[in-house]
Amino acid sequence: MAEPQALSRNIPLSDGGSFPEQEVLDTYRLMVLARATDERCLMLQRQGRIGFYAPLMGQEAAQVGASRALAPEDWIFPAYRELAVALARGVPLRAIFDQLLGNAEDKIRGRQMPNHFGFRDVNFVVASSPIGTLITQAVGAAMAAQRRKDRIVTIAFFGDGATSSNDFHAGLNFAGVFQTPTIFFCQNNQWAISLPREKQTRSATLAEKGSAYGMPGVLVDGNDVRAVYAAVREARDRALSGGGPTLIEAEVYRFGPHSTSDDPKRYRTDEQLAAAKERDPILRLKGEMVAAGRWTEEMDRQLWEEVRTRVTKTFEEAERAKPLDPRSIFDDVFAEITPQLAEERAQFDQEVRDGVLKL
Amino acid sequence: MTEMNIVQAINRTLRDAMKQDPDVLILGEDVGVNGGVFRATDGLIREFGAERVIDTPLSETGIIGTAIGMSLYGLKPVAEIQFLDFIYPAFDQIVSELAKFRYRSGGQYPAHVVIRAPYGGGIKGGIYHSQSTEAYFCHTAGIKVVVPSTPADARGLLFSAIADEDPVLFLEPKRIYRSLTGEVPETADKLPFGHARIVWEGTDVSFFAYGAMVPVAVEAAETLSHDGVSVEVIDLRTLVPLDEAAVLASVEKTGRAIIIHEAARFCGFGAELAAILAEKALYSLKAPVARVTGYDTPFPYALENVYLPNAERVVRAARNSLRAS
Repeated sequence: MAEPQALSRNIPLSDGGSFPEQEVLDTYRLMVLARATDERCLMLQRQGRIGFYAPLMGQEAAQVGASRALAPEDWIFPAYRELAVALARGVPLRAIFDQLLGNAEDKIRGRQMPNHFGFRDVNFVVASSPIGTLITQAVGAAMAAQRRKDRIVTIAFFGDGATSSNDFHAGLNFAGVFQTPTIFFCQNNQWAISLPREKQTRSATLAEKGSAYGMPGVLVDGNDVRAVYAAVREARDRALSGGGPTLIEAEVYRFGPHSTSDDPKRYRTDEQLAAAKERDPILRLKGEMVAAGRWTEEMDRQLWEEVRTRVTKTFEEAERAKPLDPRSIFDDVFAEITPQLAEERAQFDQEVRDGVLKL
Repeated sequence: MTEMNIVQAINRTLRDAMKQDPDVLILGEDVGVNGGVFRATDGLIREFGAERVIDTPLSETGIIGTAIGMSLYGLKPVAEIQFLDFIYPAFDQIVSELAKFRYRSGGQYPAHVVIRAPYGGGIKGGIYHSQSTEAYFCHTAGIKVVVPSTPADARGLLFSAIADEDPVLFLEPKRIYRSLTGEVPETADKLPFGHARIVWEGTDVSFFAYGAMVPVAVEAAETLSHDGVSVEVIDLRTLVPLDEAAVLASVEKTGRAIIIHEAARFCGFGAELAAILAEKALYSLKAPVARVTGYDTPFPYALENVYLPNAERVVRAARNSLRAS
């Protein structure tokens, strides 16, 4: 199977916001690729072949739908669960696996846990673990784009938990005051590790928080890829025509654990999960395509088989890549190494030579 | 050359940097219309407009978070934190984000932000307008920490900070913002980081100071000179990167070290200097290293002058050092 098409189109303004139907199949393939990658990675973590993983399953339509509505020049500020966004931007699966492994090919040079990837070539800013910090950064990048007169938007991806963070408040407030071209894309997956959405805030919806900052707040079914696309598209159009920022709440459900270090059975029931899975975004889009006569069960079976094979093969290739050069630990702290750090590196070199450090 | 004080030097330098490079912009609380509470940005909004001298809402995490975003995009933001004491809402952005962007992205996303913050006591600012907490930041890999002590150094180091490719915390000694004047060059010469200044050359004892403690060290050196004691006063200028060679060379010459800072003693920057001397200059030392610092208390209001190191305390520490061995 070919790589899913990267978002290499220039999106014109205001075409009514409807989903480009010719892209439905490609969109579906991306969602399946993300799901199959997720399933594989959970297994790989259990086998000890990767150290950690934070699955996105249940959030594929929200992520791919949002990504499809963006232009390649737009800047993505992801949290650490945005695998499908990265894939939709055209990031090769291999590059994702290189990051999960922290091998010599890893774009971020093994500096962070799995899922915290970043890809400058597709304007996918590197993720971090603190919650919400990316929100103000997305606003700052939008202010810079305004200053440069670039017709782009920035989009911040975060979860329901992040709406309680300092930077959610600061970021939305700044965006409102400066009317920045920013989309705040909240994937409300109902859980911040163990804390359910209703204990995160007394607000009836997260979307309504937008009004406090003087911006539209849009609630959208995050399992409906077309609805998400339309909401993000509308927000983008508004931002580019000077209408300022938008808060979008995409309602989804986190099917998996928060991460491989978490056991959701401690805080939620199988019944809750089963009910949520009835709204599985992948099954939903598949059902729509089948109903429209564009897809069959047989085609679906083939696609899954192809995708799973590709995921397995690509991971095995990534596993064969060289390990990181241990000396690279001292790189990228500063543009140029400081005398203090150079001294530590020299000591490291000596310890390697003396066999004190066995690499 | 023009005679000016530190605030004027900073103001002039910001203006020159903004004239030189349209990507340089300023953001912070009250920096625009009001010209900054210390007037460091006075008049800049008139010259460069509200797009480049941005009055922000009252949120330090908002200021630094947005500055990071601007920097990732290619601008060169100079953020003002009104007092170092108020930087903590942005601590996460500085320590977890700004300082780590280059590293955690494998070099893909360097973040270059200059954070200017007035620091230190001596202005009757009480507990929340006086602190000297540079050590928190020096402890974090990925951010440079600069503390000028003269108008000329303020200009040269600020030019360097704005041109630097790494994040810089630029701490301004507000106690001597206006009390100290000096000749400042008209040129836009950068003063490189990591080069300490020998304020006084001497042979008997070394004083290490930075920021507002440099004049205190000089005053103490003058007092001692009347007794024939030859003091070497070193102004560190930049804490990260540190001019370790200058520190070691001085102590190898004098054999005695007095470290002076107004920050609290425990785990203060002086502890690092003392450790370096213990590791690399022990056999040159004729007396134990001494620290003259603020106390390990919160910064007091009414007893500010008791808290802050003064020349008398420095002189006493030096005499003790000279008596030893």
